[in-house]
Amino acid sequence: MTMLQIDNLQAEVAGKPILKGLSLDVKPGEVHAIMGPNGAGKSTLGYTLGGRPGYEVTGGSVDFAGQDLLALEPHERAAAGLFLGFQYPVEIPGVSFVQFLREALNAQRATRGEGPLSGGDFLKLAREKAALLRLDMDMLKRPVNVGFSGGEKKRAEMVQMGILDPKFAVLDETDSGLDIDALRIVGEGINAIMRKPDKAVLLITHYQRLLDYVKPDVVHVLAGGRIVKTGGPELALELEREGYEAVAA
Amino acid sequence: MTQALALPTNRDEDWRYADAAYLAGADPVALAQWEEVQVAPGEARRDYRVLAADSAPGHVERLRVQVCAGGRFELAVVNAAGPYARFEAEVTLEQGAHFAFGGVTIGGGDRVQEFVTRVIHAEPDATSQQVVRAVQWGRATGNFLGRIEVARHAQKTDAGQNFKAILLEKGATANTKPELEIYADDVKCAHGAAIGALDQQAGFYMASRGIPPEAARKLLVRAFIADALEGVSDAAEHDRLLDAALVVLDGAMMEGVGV
Repeated sequence: MTMLQIDNLQAEVAGKPILKGLSLDVKPGEVHAIMGPNGAGKSTLGYTLGGRPGYEVTGGSVDFAGQDLLALEPHERAAAGLFLGFQYPVEIPGVSFVQFLREALNAQRATRGEGPLSGGDFLKLAREKAALLRLDMDMLKRPVNVGFSGGEKKRAEMVQMGILDPKFAVLDETDSGLDIDALRIVGEGINAIMRKPDKAVLLITHYQRLLDYVKPDVVHVLAGGRIVKTGGPELALELEREGYEAVAA
Repeated sequence: MTQALALPTNRDEDWRYADAAYLAGADPVALAQWEEVQVAPGEARRDYRVLAADSAPGHVERLRVQVCAGGRFELAVVNAAGPYARFEAEVTLEQGAHFAFGGVTIGGGDRVQEFVTRVIHAEPDATSQQVVRAVQWGRATGNFLGRIEVARHAQKTDAGQNFKAILLEKGATANTKPELEIYADDVKCAHGAAIGALDQQAGFYMASRGIPPEAARKLLVRAFIADALEGVSDAAEHDRLLDAALVVLDGAMMEGVGV
């Protein structure tokens, strides 16, 4: 049983091929880490899975829990249980986090044929997840990401993940911009929300340090648009020690 | 009589973006009409309007206001009508008077929607603030022509105007023409303008959280026009104006407008 099966995925951005035959299987309950040098295609993988306009799939397939992921619109992918954690979360002036997330959650529920969550129940849920990530609930009353520090944006991403409760999360450099304490809080948050038998995570990262908190089951090295090496957690340590060039060669 | 009431043309500065087809067939007597309002000294008055119904060949509404010393006039107008819909305000401010204007043009098709304002700071210490937001799609046009006149002795005038437009589709247009005539030397006059498309990054961010394109667009447009309605102090009226603007967008979704 596979949760996410990527087969020979090829994608280009502005006519330039970035992913060149990437294959990957993620089973429920697993955490996979994708590491790789700058320009390897890590963020492109995240955006392609999320369906970002401009990221054009030119070949291959992605099966997500029995569904053809690439046939779905971006918002339908979210409703199907995919969550994309952004490396650079977007600021939306004039729209509060509470309004944004309630709209998002209820839109997902509607797509799944479920009724909307009441205002009271939603706030209760939001308060609980904000507390988990030690983010002041008052910050969720502010416009989405506006005036947030880099670390606050990343914690807010994880609060969103907690509220939306996805099956599968692709977290694109969620560890960048975090200080040591925030890194631990975010790592523990990922574990609390996603370390479950029916969920899975794809962690895109440059560094080993997040993996101290979120222990991966499988580590992949992405270089030149495809997976060039796959191993256990020890591979991340080896990469940290010896560098991408030595390990991926 | 009719000789004196010559029809304006696009060569007239205040009508340069007006719908030429409308002007060709307009009734000169009707076009010369002004609704007159006086705000008494120290009085605070609010005036909220929605131009919603399409009426051929068009609709022109002109309001002339005298705000006496220390008076306040708060005006907000949602202009969602067509095929040509023009709201014009000429506001004269006496000593220490205040004028706040919030305007929204919103529409698609071939609509031409415009605000034309003339704010006259006739005496010292008066303040005025104008915020106009335009949301257009199809081949529609949204215009704001704002003139601010500061009389020679109207010191300590503080006047501002700000215009922003979002064009949801290629083919839509926005025009703005700020005009400042300042004859006093101790005044603050600010104006700003920006025309752009809906933020696609925000659109994808919302989609990645499960918000469908139509709902995302509505949230973004709501946030965008909120600036213009911020000054509406009556909460129920604020919501009525906001709804009147957003309901137009609901209709537009059926035309298949893209984020």
